[in-house]
Amino acid sequence: MEAIRQHKGLVYALNRTNIDTDQIIPKQFLKRIERTGFGQFLFYHWRFNDDGTLNQEFSMNNPKYEGASILLTGENFGCGSSREHAPWALADYGFKVIIAPSFADIFYNNALKNGIILIKSDEEQINTWQAKAENEELHLEVDLEEQTIKDNDGTVVNFDIPSYHKEKLINGWDDIALTLLLEEKITTFENQKA
Amino acid sequence: MGKPKTIIEKVWEQHVVHREEGKPDLLYIDQHLVHEVTSPQAFEGLRLANRKVRRPDLTYATMDHNVPTKNREVVKDEISRQQMETLRKNCEEFGIKLADMFHPDQGIVHVIGPQLGLTQPGKTIVCGDSHTSTHGAFGAIAFGIGTSEVEHVLATQTIWQDRPKTMNVKVEGDLGPGVTAKDLILAIIAKFGVRFGTGYIMEYTGDAIRKLTMEERMTICNMSIEGGARAGLISPDDTTIEFLRGREYVPKGEEFEKVSQEWLALATDEGAEYDHTVVIDASEVEPQVTWGTNPSMGVPVSGATPRISESDNADEVKRALEYMGLEENQPITSIEIDHVFIGSCTNSRLSDLRKAAKIVEGRKVKDHVKAIVVPGSFSVKLQAEAEGIDKIFKEAGFEWRDSGCSMCLGMNDDIVPPGGRCASTSNRNFEGRQGNRARTHLVSPEMAAAAAVEGRFVDVRHYAGVLN
Repeated sequence: MEAIRQHKGLVYALNRTNIDTDQIIPKQFLKRIERTGFGQFLFYHWRFNDDGTLNQEFSMNNPKYEGASILLTGENFGCGSSREHAPWALADYGFKVIIAPSFADIFYNNALKNGIILIKSDEEQINTWQAKAENEELHLEVDLEEQTIKDNDGTVVNFDIPSYHKEKLINGWDDIALTLLLEEKITTFENQKA
Repeated sequence: MGKPKTIIEKVWEQHVVHREEGKPDLLYIDQHLVHEVTSPQAFEGLRLANRKVRRPDLTYATMDHNVPTKNREVVKDEISRQQMETLRKNCEEFGIKLADMFHPDQGIVHVIGPQLGLTQPGKTIVCGDSHTSTHGAFGAIAFGIGTSEVEHVLATQTIWQDRPKTMNVKVEGDLGPGVTAKDLILAIIAKFGVRFGTGYIMEYTGDAIRKLTMEERMTICNMSIEGGARAGLISPDDTTIEFLRGREYVPKGEEFEKVSQEWLALATDEGAEYDHTVVIDASEVEPQVTWGTNPSMGVPVSGATPRISESDNADEVKRALEYMGLEENQPITSIEIDHVFIGSCTNSRLSDLRKAAKIVEGRKVKDHVKAIVVPGSFSVKLQAEAEGIDKIFKEAGFEWRDSGCSMCLGMNDDIVPPGGRCASTSNRNFEGRQGNRARTHLVSPEMAAAAAVEGRFVDVRHYAGVLN
């Protein structure tokens, strides 16, 4: 996993609650056996019409959001299926940071494993940013080490993130390698159980 | 005697391999279930890092998500075929037992685990599928994981998990005649929403839960994730023990009696405290039908779709009604359907098929309705055929298929066409779930069967034979 300490980017605001992983990446794209190449299918049935042309009514297709790397969205983002294809699609498309009032449990872990910074923020703050993103153009600067977010105006807000998650993201640690350092304990546990 | 504990705390504590302040716990996993869709990248990761599967003996694989449910010999979809072939090769290379498409033990992973007795009280069970919560019906801590976590469990037989908060979902009173476990869990989610369980493991308690059969308990626990909880469970009791007795992977003879006592001792202690409790009165639950695009958007069959202006989440309701092609305040019994799906890890077990068959017996599926029954496993299919259930369905006009996930998520050919409307016994009514622009209404097997006959939703309790 790639280490990530800071990220500065353009914000795309998708103002919907309970966005499930079936919307993030529909099932017909889960048949690949690689981890890569899922970005083209992100929000597929929202982004594209049935004939494959761009759905101009879907906000993400507005040229002003081109190159967006920070997703601002509603409650319970990533609910539903455990498919890791969802964070693979988001990361492959270019999203490095997702800000929402809350995330679904399985999605949270899956995104973390892929180096995406998930930030829980209160709804009032999100509404403020959302208005800016929609009416003007919002760039945010996320500093994971300092746990701060700075917007275009220079306003800085703090955010919380479990220290363990922060440490993992900053160091880009491979979970399995870390766990295998504890292999002796696993073996002891197995022997006691047997 | 120490402080009274919930079963959640007991099972969790028994599996902590390593604990450090400020970090998640490293939990040991007793049973890892694997299927073709969420595992290929995990095995590839092992190969790249030159790692082995630590405990192939605690790992069991099957093919369910994209297997065809008819004409299985020819998988026309090249990518699906490749995904299944990849699983076969991976299982061979890493020494994992596999029930492939033609194996007598094949079936939906959450149907075969309990059927084989791999699912047992007190176990920690994971699978790269969110409906792993199903196995909680036995008093196991069972939850869905992503592919990176699948790889982690394959390599280490452990997983890092934040200690969950505990929730008591207390079901008071009794379910009325003709009201099912599916109606109860849909009513729970309609009442408390799709995220009330986030961060929690739920335990379902109360007399109404105790009276449920194991298959009904599986239906309840299966949909815990639709309320936001990764895991939901039920304390084991005699019903649990009797279900497991004699199954292939459970101990036999005296050993079984001994382990049964250990299992029963896992039940939540009298006076144990939960972090949170919610209460629902089962006697008030009616047969349920969802009208919207998430599982909490449901009402009793006697009800109607909501009025947008009276909803707290007006935007979401408006979007959902639009997607579903419904009016606000539209009576549920006025909704006409053109597809019926009886199947999925929620409702494809023998008792589900028996109950649905009882409704359709001697009746006919409405002309324009395409109705399919997909048994949860090959074994369920054979048992149903031995009882003549397949004939009842076929005579009524249903298609009788081979086992798999099928139209619950439409990864194979079993898809609802754009604009189609399906009465489905599955667990998710998300946009596009059963097919692009398909509209899904979640119901019990009995309600789905009645909808097939009527071509619209009706209160199945009015059918002869349901209320006795």
